[in-house]
Amino acid sequence: MENDEKYKLKKVLIICSKGTLEDVYAALVMGNGAVMEGIETKMFFTFFGLDAITKKYMNKLHTSTVGNPSMRMPGGLAFPTMLGGLPGVEAGVTSMMKKEMEKLDMPPVDEFLELIEAGGGEIFACKLAADMFKLKKEDFHETVKDIITVGDLYALCDGPGTQIIFT
Amino acid sequence: MATKTYAGVNIEVNDEGYMTDSSQWTKEVANEIAKEEGIELTDKHFEVIEYIRNKVAAGESLTIRGINKSGVVNAKIFYQLFPGAPLKKATKISGVPKPVSCI
Repeated sequence: MENDEKYKLKKVLIICSKGTLEDVYAALVMGNGAVMEGIETKMFFTFFGLDAITKKYMNKLHTSTVGNPSMRMPGGLAFPTMLGGLPGVEAGVTSMMKKEMEKLDMPPVDEFLELIEAGGGEIFACKLAADMFKLKKEDFHETVKDIITVGDLYALCDGPGTQIIFT
Repeated sequence: MATKTYAGVNIEVNDEGYMTDSSQWTKEVANEIAKEEGIELTDKHFEVIEYIRNKVAAGESLTIRGINKSGVVNAKIFYQLFPGAPLKKATKISGVPKPVSCI
């Protein structure tokens, strides 16, 4: 039996498990984009991704300058890994990235989460990871709706036309 | 290129129904496009539409962040005014091209 019927995407669950600037923004851009398309959106932050919703760290995310072969100097020259490990280099590169993002009107992490929430998107923290990092509800940004288990997470994914995206 | 009749006027639109000639836009046209989208326009809607048309006329890009900071509406009200896909619907009703930004 063939079924050619196309199901419109109705709901997405975006899981963010990493805390580098680019990983977090990838998740936030996709989340915000989904909200703006009228897609029901849930975001789940786990492990180092929790940095993105932790008040203390959320607006201080860095991009990694070591172990990143796509990291290049302005102009396209290779960026030596040894250089990436020097003090201040990561901060400098991160600040350059942030400036470029600002030019494109990409909001800071807290503002991005607020925009997602304003459009009806829901933001969750992973219970296991929160326990591991000793984080409580009050450590998280006010847009975080709840701290939930993996079982709760799957319960959010019911219904046809739902997709899970892991970043 | 297709044409549609809104408020008794032939309006040029693209395949997705966005007006291709922004100068053909009138409030009456906006009301009829909005009706197709299931929206009844209020004064508040028109304030947003005016903001969008001014932004586009100035050649600036539209983002949800910009709308949130516009002073006309915040993001939450904007989502309520144009439920579903707000920026797409609002630009369609405002007679300007569909925004190409990802944010």
